[in-house]
Amino acid sequence: MSPALSLIRRDLRLSLRLGTDTLMVLAFFSVTVVLFPFGIGPEPGVLARIAGGILFVAALLSTLLSLDRMFLSDFDDGSLDILLISPASMAVVVFAKVVVHWLTTGLPLTILAPFVAVTLNLPSAGQQPLILALLLVTPTLSLVGAVGAALVLGTRKSGFLLSLLVLPLYIPVLIFGVGVVEAAVTGIAVGPALAALSGLLLIAIALCPWATATALRVALE
Amino acid sequence: MKANDRSTVSAMVPRMTQTVSARMVFSGDAVKCLRGGREIFSDLDFNVASGELLTLTGPNGSGKTSLLRLMAGIGFPHAGKISWNGQNILNEPQNHSARIRYVGHQDAVKPILTVNENLSFWYQYWKVHDQKRTIEETLDVFDLTKLADVPGRLLSAGQRKKVSLARLVLGSAPIWLLDEPTSSLDDKSTKTLFDVVANHVAGNGLVVIATHQTLPLLGNSEVNLGTYASVTGTVFL
Repeated sequence: MSPALSLIRRDLRLSLRLGTDTLMVLAFFSVTVVLFPFGIGPEPGVLARIAGGILFVAALLSTLLSLDRMFLSDFDDGSLDILLISPASMAVVVFAKVVVHWLTTGLPLTILAPFVAVTLNLPSAGQQPLILALLLVTPTLSLVGAVGAALVLGTRKSGFLLSLLVLPLYIPVLIFGVGVVEAAVTGIAVGPALAALSGLLLIAIALCPWATATALRVALE
Repeated sequence: MKANDRSTVSAMVPRMTQTVSARMVFSGDAVKCLRGGREIFSDLDFNVASGELLTLTGPNGSGKTSLLRLMAGIGFPHAGKISWNGQNILNEPQNHSARIRYVGHQDAVKPILTVNENLSFWYQYWKVHDQKRTIEETLDVFDLTKLADVPGRLLSAGQRKKVSLARLVLGSAPIWLLDEPTSSLDDKSTKTLFDVVANHVAGNGLVVIATHQTLPLLGNSEVNLGTYASVTGTVFL
């Protein structure tokens, strides 16, 4: 088994035994989305109009909530030092951590989103594009978030710093993610927005693991 | 069982060092270390060859841990170089990593995983499953067999340390970097540790130990970091 696979296996096992991270993210996501009909009122037309935006903002915030844990427990108990002294490239190790983060937050979010979307009266034409868009958006969130999580590692008030660092970087993903759903609902082609999201994901895959690896080296020095 | 602990260890240890054959040299040349803009030490030279043990001594804060981390390739020296057989370790980080076993202050034991799972992870991560030593044998070296199924959170500090030390004998990395390895160990485990270290050295391994104690092992050389400390404590910011 390769180092990356064994790390993925270990982290999934840790996450399954603890279970709280995924649950917390899903609970936060559902509660945030469900708050909007209460705040805005039950007018179905208004809710349907803003459903896409709310879903993506909520997904983004719940991902943010789980980001600081990506490296923290390994940093605190010294495992990160030893992971860094690795026969595999550090970028590969980071990629494995990101994959686990996505499997335990992004993927469950994507699965839950269509159900939560019902409370916002999202038109059925938007359901499938929503899932597709989230499948492209959530890995990008995890990748970009990893850079932020590594940069704030070991600082105090890291959660606050992390949101300041990462949220602005999430804006392009947010725009195109919402774009996909809006396009589907209004009957325009979803292709261009999906292509833009795929592009952003590819850029993130190409750059973020290396940036994160460098940030981790600085944090551990 | 207890009576022949030592012989068990001695009989088992030489196997893993078989791959270490030719004479190898791990050395530092005019190494300088800054932490938070403050100079910890500078112009530090060290030299360990295969089959040798280097002890690092010096008062608190003199940079023993910092030097070990530089040796491990975590971070890089601000001046000077650390090399393996003349090759700067920064030029081949992954090859260097494969040569290193580092035991630091933190035990890197996951509280949720059992002792066996903790060790098995590193076993797979380092891809050492082609080695003859199994997890069971590794557990046996530090007398951890009975704790194999106990989760990390239930272990005492000494037991966690032993799990951390057990990683040393996974695979056949030639360079062992130990940071205060005897802290929180009982007498028997300390003795086991020194037997394991002595065997590694005898099998052509290289060991660097940072310690405040007088070791029962004869080090081939000693670096006293106190003598390299920055006299003025100049702040470089």
